[in-house]
Amino acid sequence: MQQAVYIAGRGAISAIGKNREENLETLKKAETGIGSIQYLSTAHAGLFPAGEVKADNEELSKMAGWTGTNSRSSLLGFIAAREALQEAGLMEGNRVRHTVSGKRLKIGLISSTTVAGMDLTENFFPAFLQNRKGGKLRMVRQHEGGATTERIAQALGIRDYVNTISTACSSSANAIMLGARLLKAGELDVVIAGGTDALSKFTLNGFNTLMILDQQLCQPFDQNRRGLNLGEGAGFLVLVGEKAAELLGGNYRVRVAGYANANDAHHQTASSPDGTGSFLAMKGALEMAGITPDQVGYINLHGTGTQNNDSSESIAIERVFGNRYPAMSTTKGYTGHTLAACGGLEAIYSCFSLEQQLLFPCLRIQHPVIENPGVVVTELRTVNGLQHVLSNSFGFGGNCSSLLFSLR
Amino acid sequence: MNREQLVEELKQQIIEQLNLQVQPADIVASDPLFNEGLGLDSIDALELIVLMQQKYRIKLANAEDGPKIFQSVDTMADFILANQTPQAG
Amino acid sequence: MYINGASAISPLPVFDAMTSGISFIPGEGNRLTAYEPAYNNLIDPKLIRRMSRVIRMGVATAMDALRQAGVSNPDAIITGTAYGCLEDTGIFLKRLVENGEEMLTPTAFIQSTHNTVGAQVALLLKCHSYNNTYVQRAQSFERSLQDARLWLTEHPGASVLVGAADELTDYSYALLERFGLYRHQAGGEGAAYYLVTDAASEKSWARVDQVYTLFDPGPEELQDLAAALLQEASGQIDLLLSGEEEMDYNADQYAKVSSVLGYGLPVIRYKKYCGVYPTATAFASWLAAWWLKAGKVEVDGLQLLSPGRILIYQADPSGYHSFILLSAC
Repeated sequence: MQQAVYIAGRGAISAIGKNREENLETLKKAETGIGSIQYLSTAHAGLFPAGEVKADNEELSKMAGWTGTNSRSSLLGFIAAREALQEAGLMEGNRVRHTVSGKRLKIGLISSTTVAGMDLTENFFPAFLQNRKGGKLRMVRQHEGGATTERIAQALGIRDYVNTISTACSSSANAIMLGARLLKAGELDVVIAGGTDALSKFTLNGFNTLMILDQQLCQPFDQNRRGLNLGEGAGFLVLVGEKAAELLGGNYRVRVAGYANANDAHHQTASSPDGTGSFLAMKGALEMAGITPDQVGYINLHGTGTQNNDSSESIAIERVFGNRYPAMSTTKGYTGHTLAACGGLEAIYSCFSLEQQLLFPCLRIQHPVIENPGVVVTELRTVNGLQHVLSNSFGFGGNCSSLLFSLR
Repeated sequence: MNREQLVEELKQQIIEQLNLQVQPADIVASDPLFNEGLGLDSIDALELIVLMQQKYRIKLANAEDGPKIFQSVDTMADFILANQTPQAG
Repeated sequence: MYINGASAISPLPVFDAMTSGISFIPGEGNRLTAYEPAYNNLIDPKLIRRMSRVIRMGVATAMDALRQAGVSNPDAIITGTAYGCLEDTGIFLKRLVENGEEMLTPTAFIQSTHNTVGAQVALLLKCHSYNNTYVQRAQSFERSLQDARLWLTEHPGASVLVGAADELTDYSYALLERFGLYRHQAGGEGAAYYLVTDAASEKSWARVDQVYTLFDPGPEELQDLAAALLQEASGQIDLLLSGEEEMDYNADQYAKVSSVLGYGLPVIRYKKYCGVYPTATAFASWLAAWWLKAGKVEVDGLQLLSPGRILIYQADPSGYHSFILLSAC
């Protein structure tokens, strides 16, 4: 009964591109999307670089075809989800097509977010603090995590199943995992799964209180790393089970072969020194896929650039792989840390690696955390026979999730 | 303010900032604040960095300096006395 | 799916129901605040100093449900929360605005993350199991229950800790009042956790038979679903725990459901006890499980012996509808 789960569509919007193709091209050119803050209104604009989507809300609204007040998270999420559905051949104009070859498909949307409409709420608050009757209510209507997803679902016309996960930086990996589980259980035929997060003052200042923001361009997985740069964006996959795959007739090359969610149970924000949560997540994903560590050809690391994450993650990797390391890199140096979106975006980058047999380099590496030659990818690398890619997403609250993507 | 007053003030401020369920008299100025002592952790260290900035106008550029400075109330007081810029007026 | 431990904190004092019983007195005023127990025996004082109310309520009920079921390390921890940690969010936002993005402290930010309740439970238990948090507004608890059931299908014999928590703060009360949410019924809050397994045991309170959700249902959808549920219950539903509020915006929806279930069915409206909040169905589920375990319903002058099945129905103003069917075991 364990049916396969295929990736039928992908949508990406991030600092390195407003669609999937642009993201791929920038990765190939090894160019960063991180720079000084242009769009978010913050006192720290000159201080902390960030990976912003290169568009203001007006432009994003035009892209989405939306009017009215909308959270940037909703806009980004809709744009990416729609692109993913378009690739899967499931869009009819601006709405999802539920009937394929005369059969009605049950379609679900599983989004994830950490800030949701906080980009609006934080601008509502000054007036509200002055006077409890102050501020425009439309500015807080999308505050709740679920409200962001609801807005996207309503725009797409999805009603069969709508859900939102919020487990910090592992959120969209968990959304993809739940999507795969619901497909296998036969509860749904198609799932759009991923995550979206806009850059906000709330998160920028929050990470600043933790003193883990790099004032320069971040150097994740380098021994001289100084912290992370925040980013924003959205990444969604269209996942299909066998029935929908047959109906849609697509030649899907990548499948979700394994996944696991484990908790580090060490500290509210910091990863454990022995990387227990990440170790269990990676190990679980491999076990589900029924493959051995040496079959993994590449890891898309969580690799945020903080001292703590990169050291804990590399220790966990050593625990899983011994000294037979697969090639690995982190794409946070391109996009910044996109929080709830990173699992979705990096799932798409993992698909790129599998389909194009390309490994994208870590940026700005001088002394890689793992020194064995060739392990940390430092320039664009063409490979042969890459079959399995592991993608890691770890978050606050000890939430650790790993996804395993395999070529068919 | 003399050193003794500073130590008492610090105890009160630490309790307030960290919402500790103890009285100032329960804190021995020379006892370790972290781990076995009051059981403070890395989040508390970050809170104390802000406390230093807010109350004493001392900015720690590097979170890693925390453990040394925040060893005990005594070490905090010493650090403040050595680094405090005289207040205007 | 069987409930082997259930704990709730609510404006209706039910946390100590096993020793003190329950006095069903509706809350007074327009803002109901959860009746919190002494936490000393439940949460390490060193940890509680950072916990806002939603975290304390969530963690305490989670620990209590585990204790009742005799489980120390569940195989999954699943939490629903519509609003997340509002108190900490408010604190951080206020300082952000007032301090002009300077001299902010980390604690409120760290604790404001939506998955804090589930994370703190894992941390206290040193539990490395699957841990997830759902934030789908008035279906956050339902999505959590559905995940628990799916997890048990995938992992037979597992034990899952599942619950929901939401708090009402000064800010959220002021805001939601402006949205008109509390015009006719008081605002509320609360937390409830359950330890569920796929097999019954001598500890079992009740069985969760079905969890159905709808969003913005079409003309016939609601009746069709209610009819399907009635059929699944073999026509035997003994009590409807209804989320209907005074002068409810969704009164016609509740009427539609009642028309299918039969007007003779006893109905108890639970929001007068817990107040209006999106995950109130987690409190209603606790009441249902309590009565099914006790083998009698005694409330509001109603007395019902040996109830077999209790249905919870809630139509949230935001368009979310849910049905939870529980039965005695």
